[in-house]
Amino acid sequence: MSGGLDDLRDLYQDVILDHGRRPRHGKRPAAFDASAKGDNPMCGDRVEVFVRHAPDGRIAEAGFEARGCAISVASADLMAETVAGRRPEDARALFASFRELARTGACPACDPALADPLERLAPLAGVHEYPSRVKCATLPWHALIAALEGAKEASSE
Amino acid sequence: MNDATPTARLDIERIRADFPILREKVRGKPLVFLDSAASAQKPRAVIAAMTTAMETQYANVHRGLHWMSERTTEAYEAARDAAAALMNAPDRHEIVFVRNSTEALNLVAHSYGRGVLRPGQAVVISAMEHHSNIVPWQLLRDERGIELRVAPITDAGELDMAAFEALLEDGKVGLVSITHMSNVLGTYTPAERIARIAHAHGAKVLFDGSQAIVHRAVDVQALGADFYVWTGHKLYGPTGIGVLWARRELLERMPPFLGGGEMISSVSYERSTWAAVPHKFEAGTPAILEGIGLKAAIDYVRAIGYPAIAAHEAALTEHALARLSAVEGLRILGAAQDRGGVVSFVVDRAHAHDVATLLDRFGIAVRAGHHCAEPLMHRFGLESTARASFGIYTTHAEIDTLADSLARVREFFA
Ligand SMILES: Cc1ncc(COP(=O)(O)O)c(C=O)c1O
Repeated sequence: MSGGLDDLRDLYQDVILDHGRRPRHGKRPAAFDASAKGDNPMCGDRVEVFVRHAPDGRIAEAGFEARGCAISVASADLMAETVAGRRPEDARALFASFRELARTGACPACDPALADPLERLAPLAGVHEYPSRVKCATLPWHALIAALEGAKEASSE
Repeated sequence: MNDATPTARLDIERIRADFPILREKVRGKPLVFLDSAASAQKPRAVIAAMTTAMETQYANVHRGLHWMSERTTEAYEAARDAAAALMNAPDRHEIVFVRNSTEALNLVAHSYGRGVLRPGQAVVISAMEHHSNIVPWQLLRDERGIELRVAPITDAGELDMAAFEALLEDGKVGLVSITHMSNVLGTYTPAERIARIAHAHGAKVLFDGSQAIVHRAVDVQALGADFYVWTGHKLYGPTGIGVLWARRELLERMPPFLGGGEMISSVSYERSTWAAVPHKFEAGTPAILEGIGLKAAIDYVRAIGYPAIAAHEAALTEHALARLSAVEGLRILGAAQDRGGVVSFVVDRAHAHDVATLLDRFGIAVRAGHHCAEPLMHRFGLESTARASFGIYTTHAEIDTLADSLARVREFFA
């Protein structure tokens, strides 16, 4: 058979496999200020994102509970990692850039100030080849944004 | 009806040559198309019939007095004869063309459900129905107070016949609407027995043959069916055309579904009268080209013959069950005695969508998700599965490729 496991690595990089299997933030924090659910009825993926704010309004901690594929769980986990310490509007800006990355595989116009977190999220860029799976990667972000806006539910686009 | 000999074999190489798409490559690898239960590929005969019609013989049907319209009407109506013959329907006027199985089921729920069934009566479905055979009955229930009952299935994925019969005992059931073959488990339901039980309790019976008619000869008279529905695109035909067969006296009693041109006898502002069946149910310009394509698909299938098709499916299914059950960490859904070319499975530690995406990297097309059967998924405690499904062009070697690739997927996620 042609094509080995190497063929699979461009989409499922080690980072995704690792975070998909052993998410570091995949739990409901003991205390949180906001939460929202995201639902992808197409594939049955479901995620709930929890946010605890610092006194200055920044995101002190994000956590999630998810049922879904490796890509959605890894994306939720990398999201929780990269938004910690950011102001809500910065998290929104990061999502806008990440969404571009997930949809197109690149983000040439992205703010250089976001280069570090985007590099962390870059392993997910491979989903752009699978339009139906871009949602897996963006669903947790939609739930996060909903939580930041005080909504309880987000649905993927 | 197809009287080929029982030992009939299908010439797989010749069949594959009939399907131009099978020469395509995906990601540089030969396409391994194991998603025929969602929609089947099209043989050149179907493609050519539709193209030729457009290039040489096309006009609207049933209304022109000119040559082109007459010829097109003949070609389109020939599809009705072909569909009637395929199902051994006693009367060609019992064949109603619709868009797909979903529309056929909605038509029956609307016209038979609202026009003939009465509040207080019940409809019985099974726990392994496609959403298309659930939702129309829910709408009917909510609007008309017609109860919806669900016959359970066993862990093996077979209809629980005792429980099914018990659901009919109070005599309130007016219609049993059950799949003839599950699109998730591959289970064939014992249609004759179901029909006998339904009739013994005064109920009519509908079979959703969307999957079954692809693999097995269907004789609606021998089955004892009252309604039988299927969809053209799964039988190697085009999208946009499906078949509702119903016994004529039932069609006569049913009010129209959609109103408009083609379905009337006369129209005035005070009152309109309906065309005779089946046209009463065929409002508007029909799927003319699709009908012509469907006729070509039916002819194609009948030329191969169901004995050969069924034998091929049985051999593939046996091979697939053996190969897949040997993949470590893979679990196959259902274990019905009588099952066909649809195999759903889950892989340890790997989500169905990841499995499907990884298989795609090997050029293998399977479906992943709830397969439009969420309640059935929940019955097995799952949200989604991966599903491989077979057609007349599927080979043993493709199943081997699937099994080998699944072993790698499993390794990948281990
Ligand atoms: C058992 C069954 N019923 C109904 C349908 C609906 O068919 P269609 O989408 O063509 O209406 C399908 C296929 O999707 C099916 O497998």
